[in-house]
Amino acid sequence: MDEARAARLRRLRWHCRRALLELDLMFQRYWRRVDEGHDIDAESEAALTRLVAMEDHDLWELVSGREKTGDPRLNGMLDRLRQI
Amino acid sequence: MKITQRTFDAVIVGAGGAGLRAALQLSESGLRTAVLTKVFPTRSHTVAAQGGVAASLGNSEEDHWHWHMYDTVKGSDWLGDQDAIEFMCRKANEVVIELEHYGMPFDRTDAGKIYQRPFGGHMSNFGEKPVRRSCAAADRTGHAMLHALYQRNVRANTQFFVEWMALDLIRDAEGEVLGVTALEMETGEIVAFQAKATIFATGGAGRIYHSSTNAFINTGDGPGMAARAGIPLEDMEFWQFHPTGVAGAGVLITEGVRGEGGILRNSAGERFMERYAPNAKDLASRDVVSRAMVTEINEGRGCGPHKDFVLLDITHLDPKVIMQRLPGIREISIQFANVDPIKEPIPVVPTCHYQMGGIPTNYVAQVVAPSGGKDAIVPGFYAAGECACASVHGANRLGTNSLLDLLVFGKSAGESAAEDVKKSAKAHKPVPQEAIERTLSRLDRLETQKDGADVRETLLAMQRTMQNHCGVFRFADKLKEGVARILDVQRDAQRIGIKDKSKVFNTARAEALELDNLIEVAVATMVSAEARKESRGAHVRDDAPDTPENPNGRDDKNWLKHTLWFKDGNRLDYKPVQLNPLTVGTIELKKRAY
Ligand SMILES: Cc1cc2nc3c(=O)[nH]c(=O)nc-3n(C[C@H](O)[C@H](O)[C@H](O)COP(=O)(O)OP(=O)(O)OC[C@H]3O[C@@H](n4cnc5c(N)ncnc54)[C@H](O)[C@@H]3O)c2cc1C
Repeated sequence: MDEARAARLRRLRWHCRRALLELDLMFQRYWRRVDEGHDIDAESEAALTRLVAMEDHDLWELVSGREKTGDPRLNGMLDRLRQI
Repeated sequence: MKITQRTFDAVIVGAGGAGLRAALQLSESGLRTAVLTKVFPTRSHTVAAQGGVAASLGNSEEDHWHWHMYDTVKGSDWLGDQDAIEFMCRKANEVVIELEHYGMPFDRTDAGKIYQRPFGGHMSNFGEKPVRRSCAAADRTGHAMLHALYQRNVRANTQFFVEWMALDLIRDAEGEVLGVTALEMETGEIVAFQAKATIFATGGAGRIYHSSTNAFINTGDGPGMAARAGIPLEDMEFWQFHPTGVAGAGVLITEGVRGEGGILRNSAGERFMERYAPNAKDLASRDVVSRAMVTEINEGRGCGPHKDFVLLDITHLDPKVIMQRLPGIREISIQFANVDPIKEPIPVVPTCHYQMGGIPTNYVAQVVAPSGGKDAIVPGFYAAGECACASVHGANRLGTNSLLDLLVFGKSAGESAAEDVKKSAKAHKPVPQEAIERTLSRLDRLETQKDGADVRETLLAMQRTMQNHCGVFRFADKLKEGVARILDVQRDAQRIGIKDKSKVFNTARAEALELDNLIEVAVATMVSAEARKESRGAHVRDDAPDTPENPNGRDDKNWLKHTLWFKDGNRLDYKPVQLNPLTVGTIELKKRAY
């Protein structure tokens, strides 16, 4: 992986530090899988980047499945976060 | 080595409720104010607060700040300082109404006033009956508060340094605080922030425990930096545990679940709270329920393969009630406990929730430390919020009093700092090079450590030690052993190594630097708890039981005093509790009973 992308992913990982423990735990599981060698492709990176820009409570509503998103690009990542 | 230096009138570390309130006060008084924060301001942990903020507005029924003061002193088990408590309760209406004017969308009564609801421990007429004192904005009180304060700060030209991590306090030979050193996450650059006033508002350190309701960001950076700079930490043995955190995850299950009829059961399916609190049962106060749960577990009646949790049962409730009145609980249970609470009970354990102790301050948020046998102000240094100890929460905090603490002492820190800055000499004092070198050598050690200890393993070892040796219920032998163990963990923490040496957003380095702070808080907690040989508020020892001479195990003759822990040699000192309020009479010592 080139350093620019590696740096981008590290920044993304820091942005997964949240105000709500619920979200910290979901993202922790996700990054653990990345550390274990699961790939994070460009599409996942883009989806995650959009998700972490949201407000915590709104994000938790989506991640926990209580609310649905109108943005189809996010559904794959949301499913993955719920299933890990 | 020379590093970049930036100069302000005031620098605030932390952009949660306390930091933003302090910043606003300074910026609006025309001072050049910088706020450093590890995460975007509205991602601070204050966002998690749902219950509300206490103020005796009396909008729903008669109320008075003096009643609120009484409840807070009693809640603190008389360890709270009565001057600071009077100050906070008297200021509550003013700061809440100010927040309303800043645009906080409080819930309202039909008449358009701020709607108020009851909350545990808040009573009318000096403990007579529950009173409606909590002001909320739906279930997003903390979130709404941060947004209102942030917008207002932007308008007031507060300068934000987002994703900057403060590393060390800069103090000169006379003990005056002159700013902080900080790391810019984006570049890895180290910068000295020079200021005439430095305010810490870094939040709690709940992550020292394995089971915690706190987000990962709560790593006690303020207390860690203060301790390294020779400032003592006050009353660190006092941590509030919430009875119902999801076992293994910590996520909080609100009291509302028991309010709606949820029942706690042991491995035999027994509703054990009937034995511990025949009247209130599952609705007894937080500390009573937590201790009952731990007793069940300790006596072998816990559930699961390791018999280390109990069950919160709502399977008898109508699923409609669960979905309507307890929104979110089902999702939390499914995600973190792998159970659908409509069909199966939720595994829960008492979980670390709130840090009562912290950086010692007086009631106007100036940091104080002993000097020549009495408390002296540390020039240039202020603290507010969960990282500080004013002390208004004493041995036990009342719900909704923390958000109030952020507003009152955040504002008061800003006021004190503004006054001191305006009085001070024109020029900034020079930053001593030794202070910079201390930070640089800490970073250098991380970079060059060979065969170092692993951050995550060390973190886990610390959290397990705290959980097992210094939890809800404390035992003399376990505490003693705990002191030895936590000092072992500290030795590992001093030789952490990181593999990733990159500059940009190096999260491994950030976690290692956070551990440096967590471990100070953990050691302070264990050492202070081992030494306090009574039970009081949240500190409950098996060898200090309820007796006629010492009701609830509280020993006012020997222990009505604040603990001060110093990093240097793990030394302990004590100082008297301030029993004299500012204008009213002392609230006399009594047994704490509800
Ligand atoms: C789940 C939950 C629910 C709660 N509900 C309530 C409630 O209803 N009512 C109530 O009164 N209390 C409640 N509390 C307690 C209350 O929310 C907290 O005590 C309070 O929000 C702490 O605010 P703070 O401003 O002190 O710190 P925080 O909001 O935690 O902010 C700390 C800030 O410091 C920054 N920071 C930390 N270290 C550094 C560093 N080294 N460099 C730069 N920046 C740094 C962070 O980025 C952050 O901006 C609750 C707590 C929890 C866990």
